[in-house]
Amino acid sequence: MTIRTLRDYGQHYRPRMACLKHVEVFVVEMQDPKSGVKGADQKLNVTIIPHVINGQDILAWIVTKMKVTTEEAQAFGTMLVAYGYIYPLQNHRKLVLVPDSTLYRFQTPYFWPVQKWPAEDIDYAVYLARRNIRKKGMLEPYEQQHYDNLHKWMNPKWDFIVMQATEQYKANKERKKPDRVVLDCQERAYWIVHRPPRRTHSAMDYGLDRLIDPNAEEWNRRALPVITSCSSPLGFQVLTFDVVRRTNIFLTQALMRSAVKSSVSLTAFVKFVTTHHNHDPFLTTPVPSNPWITDSDEFWQLNSRSVDIPTKLSVERWVLSFWELISDPRGRVDFKLFLKKEHSAENMAFYEAAEEMRWGAASAIPEKSQFIFNTFLKPGAPRWINIDGRTMGLTVKGLVVPHRYVLDAAQTHIFLLMKKDTFYRYLKSPVHKDMQKRALVPAPHVFTDAQLEANVRNRNPGISPILQWQQEEEEKAVAAVAARPIDVKAMVATNKLDRK
Amino acid sequence: MCDQTFLAITFGPCDSCSENRPLMNLYIKTEPINYCSLCMEIMACQGLASGETLKSLKAESETLRKKLEEERKKLHDVELEKVAEKAEALGELNMKTRRTLKGHGNKVLCMDWCKDKRRIVSSSQDGKVIVWDAFTTNKEHAVTMPTTWVMACAYAPSGCAIACGGLDNKCSVYPLSLDKDENLAAKKKSVAMHTNYLSGCTFTNSDMQILTSSGDGTSALWDVESGQLLQSFHGHSADVLTLDLAPSETGNTFVSGGSDKKANVWDLRSGQNVQSFDTHDSDINCVKYYPSGDAFASASDDSTCRLFDLRADREVSIYSKDSIMFGAASVDFSLSGRLLFAGYNDYTINVWDVLKGTRVAILFGHENRVSSLRVSPDGTAFCSGSWDNTLRVRQEGRGVGRELKQGGTTLYGSGPRAAVMSSERD
Repeated sequence: MTIRTLRDYGQHYRPRMACLKHVEVFVVEMQDPKSGVKGADQKLNVTIIPHVINGQDILAWIVTKMKVTTEEAQAFGTMLVAYGYIYPLQNHRKLVLVPDSTLYRFQTPYFWPVQKWPAEDIDYAVYLARRNIRKKGMLEPYEQQHYDNLHKWMNPKWDFIVMQATEQYKANKERKKPDRVVLDCQERAYWIVHRPPRRTHSAMDYGLDRLIDPNAEEWNRRALPVITSCSSPLGFQVLTFDVVRRTNIFLTQALMRSAVKSSVSLTAFVKFVTTHHNHDPFLTTPVPSNPWITDSDEFWQLNSRSVDIPTKLSVERWVLSFWELISDPRGRVDFKLFLKKEHSAENMAFYEAAEEMRWGAASAIPEKSQFIFNTFLKPGAPRWINIDGRTMGLTVKGLVVPHRYVLDAAQTHIFLLMKKDTFYRYLKSPVHKDMQKRALVPAPHVFTDAQLEANVRNRNPGISPILQWQQEEEEKAVAAVAARPIDVKAMVATNKLDRK
Repeated sequence: MCDQTFLAITFGPCDSCSENRPLMNLYIKTEPINYCSLCMEIMACQGLASGETLKSLKAESETLRKKLEEERKKLHDVELEKVAEKAEALGELNMKTRRTLKGHGNKVLCMDWCKDKRRIVSSSQDGKVIVWDAFTTNKEHAVTMPTTWVMACAYAPSGCAIACGGLDNKCSVYPLSLDKDENLAAKKKSVAMHTNYLSGCTFTNSDMQILTSSGDGTSALWDVESGQLLQSFHGHSADVLTLDLAPSETGNTFVSGGSDKKANVWDLRSGQNVQSFDTHDSDINCVKYYPSGDAFASASDDSTCRLFDLRADREVSIYSKDSIMFGAASVDFSLSGRLLFAGYNDYTINVWDVLKGTRVAILFGHENRVSSLRVSPDGTAFCSGSWDNTLRVRQEGRGVGRELKQGGTTLYGSGPRAAVMSSERD
């Protein structure tokens, strides 16, 4: 475990705006005078604002350039506006792309998000102060709140701020009217993006900072893969010899690890997809109906653990592999039934007991290992499992000081035995064949509109998983008692066996 | 077998210190040895032997790396597109929002399904963790954590407990009860202790163990009852952002993705890093195993999702488009593994055809980033949680047409997809 010695346990590095690099390339293309979006001059109350673009034109341009649908282009356009690359002229607070004649302008690169990040409070204070002077105290309510807050916070620096603001105000007056209007709009747009009004979300909101800055180019990624147990507080790897050694250890074991040919593994994927195609509710409509669409949970009820006769689809799924069979609770019940007939139920019982030990609480390990030894492994045990001598020896030796993985070897052996032998016998057995014949093919639901509405009103709340769990535990306890070997001596002692 | 750790010896006497410990299967120049993690560290940190310099070690690394690349290249004989030509094409998919779960007051950061296929637990920025019955849209339980930014939440396999954690650097387990009025916070159990924020947590095959990943660069396996650390996994050089447990029959491995652009596969028993993939260009936000356990997909801030093959030890497919420029935050596979759902930071969800590498559908509706996305355990629907404070459960909508409004829930029927776009964005 790494113990960091950094005093500041907060996260500092600003994150993942790597996407903006591509967005900026795109925006630059948009502004290209020849192939970009066509702009025009706009007359706004006497002044003429150059290079104004129209929402519709932007949308059309994005559609042609990226070859996407209008919806997608709309979504992307809105992202551009939300990040502040394009700003609306009239309704300046609503940062969406409206695909009609609403007017927009490109933001100057000076105000792009990546350039001036993070937006400093002091800059904001200067801006608000300047607006205050210009508007003679008439700021928007949220701006007024910010202003008051900053005034409290930055009180010591306030003289400097006011001085800056007055300087900028005077400098602004010297500019020509169109320039002044444009600059004003740009700055206002910038601050709407970085200090959004109450109850509107900002695209600048990225959540929490990461601990290490992934955008830093301090290390060359193509260099040695670095594996270390200690993250450097500097944010990049200092390649000491132990780091390199660890890399070498990793690489040697990677080399010795056998890999499979691409053709083999990729064909396996395609095979998996094809065999499971009929079981995927997104590709094949489930029968009787998808509960989320028709609001009837019959589908879940027919596939539950305690149902008498399973559906044909479930049975087909069990045939696909041993793992599918035992992961489906109903399938496991069926398999156990078959094992009972074969008198090899102890295999499954041992597997389950070993799984319980592996994934169970650490405090229960000694007790469980004792139980398992007495029931399954001791010579002459009531449910003795048939494993080879070497594995048995290893396991028994390990049980002296039990830990959670002590049964791994035995469990693997039994699992492979069940998978390679018992499973195939199960598939040929009358138990299974009978189940295949009896399996239900439920008729697909056809609901009228009225029935659908009724379904919505009467949605079944179902059984709480806690109750189901309690039921299952009770069943397990009953089964455990039934599986315990009959103690003949005790029965004789209590005169249950009538010898007459 | 899905993973090679199945038959490896992982516990026993260490070759160098002869103590019974979890073992890592390592090699010294093609000679297999079984060392415990302490001995491995000692071996790595040994002083430079005579004739060895940092330079010579680095040179050795380079040669090993080249050799590994050569070996992998030899096995790379076909591309996924070629093999997938045999697979039939998918029809058009028409996904609709079936349930909208409103109730969080702030960004929804994480969500998980219960094994009963209808209940969901979700956590949000203001510290609230809510358990919903998504089918009826009722809220069943609600817990207020003493911390904000609860970035990880998980439902126990039995359905009797939930685990969550975030900026408090801990993972806490809350046993759920049938009594609606009971204060769940009273029975809270603090399980994991990290030195930085908790980014992901999941229960293993039972309620008794939790696997967590943290911003301090480590992942760890904990025993719930005692809070004891069972195994820790070191190897990432930056924050570990996500993890996923393998669905294989052995359940011995898990994959974690981090801010250092790498996805590492670990052996749960020994803590050894068995495989590593570093082809992403930016940090990996989410990793998910393929249903068969032989591959995994990752979503990253470089706006691509990639599929990595574990058996061939390489990246097999990249799911990206020029028009998608914003990072992907979350991925999940459909039940058959044919579809890959990915939620992005530009408020959309893209559905990819895993085999052919093309995009099948794009879904709108959220008004802020899609932060987490999971397919239900039986594959009947998927739920996406977003920073717009809602969760949406979506499914295919062939041929069912009706529209209903009920309370705080809006159900959308079939119709032109443009009409489904939420009109709440105002």
